[in-house]
Amino acid sequence: MKRALLLLPLAVFLVGAVFLYRGLFLDPSELPSALIGKPVPEFSLPAVEGHKTLTRADLLGKPALLNVWATWCISCRVEHPVLNKLAQQGVRVYGVNYKDENAAALKWLKEFHNPYQLNINDAEGSLGLNLGVYGAPETFLIDSKGIIRHKFVGVIDEVVWREQLAGLYQALVDEAAQ
Amino acid sequence: MKRWLAALALGLSLVGVAQAAIDTYEFANEAERERFRELTLELRCPKCQNQDIADSNAPIAADLRKEIFRMLGEGKSNEQIVDFMVDRYGEFVRYKPAVTARTWLLWFGPAAALGTGFLVMVVIGVRRRKTVAGPDTTLSGDEQARLDALLSAEQNPNSVPADKLSQ
Repeated sequence: MKRALLLLPLAVFLVGAVFLYRGLFLDPSELPSALIGKPVPEFSLPAVEGHKTLTRADLLGKPALLNVWATWCISCRVEHPVLNKLAQQGVRVYGVNYKDENAAALKWLKEFHNPYQLNINDAEGSLGLNLGVYGAPETFLIDSKGIIRHKFVGVIDEVVWREQLAGLYQALVDEAAQ
Repeated sequence: MKRWLAALALGLSLVGVAQAAIDTYEFANEAERERFRELTLELRCPKCQNQDIADSNAPIAADLRKEIFRMLGEGKSNEQIVDFMVDRYGEFVRYKPAVTARTWLLWFGPAAALGTGFLVMVVIGVRRRKTVAGPDTTLSGDEQARLDALLSAEQNPNSVPADKLSQ
């Protein structure tokens, strides 16, 4: 009994060491979204292209990626070709043009091709705020009922898509088909 | 002299940096200004994680300050404003997390560790004092017999040689 007690400090140290070791490989910039499992917030904002007003109802029906982007966002440029490719493969991508000039956004879409089924012009960042966006690019996975199911912060590249998002998206598609 | 001038120039150039996060808001009264200060110090910037939103120059922090100012103007309570932020950015944005089952360890862990350490020290102290003050004084039958033999030997030194007692 006494012997076992002598090992206690070692045990405490080991538990602490395991936690600290794990901490070395955590990415502190990755925040869990507070909105997972909640519906996309209500909004009423103009479209980037044309004069239509878009609301939450326009996002319903099919699972999709809701991609927050801007022309001032350098990494969005890296992400854009990947989104183009995904759109070509039939993945639905909706855009939120976050705190941006509409003219610049239109030019960007013309130059780099437009992967977005629809594009919300969130010049004031109000939708972004309600979505808990704190940078761009951020991408939400929403299901056919407009519920946010997953959030990815940062650039979606081929690896991220293949290893993290494709499966989740496919699950939502399957779910919607049932 | 030159060094002092350089230091002064550097200092002056930093003044601009230090003031960059100050926006100009017109508050209705002093209490509101104080609440704004309190709230922006208590909420954490989601982008630059080791700064509160009062301190941060990130655009998102400016947006959040603007939002807090707007909500103060609407007469929202501090609690409502903090809840608004937590709903969007998660529990993460609070420098003072709510006391829930998940945060018990965070809130009470240090005090519990201190308490445990203190308790261990007290226990060790009490035990040590016991050994110093009162060593075991009861003798087994064997020991008692030897003691008797020794005592009787002392009374008649010639009867038993001392070295034979030690066996």
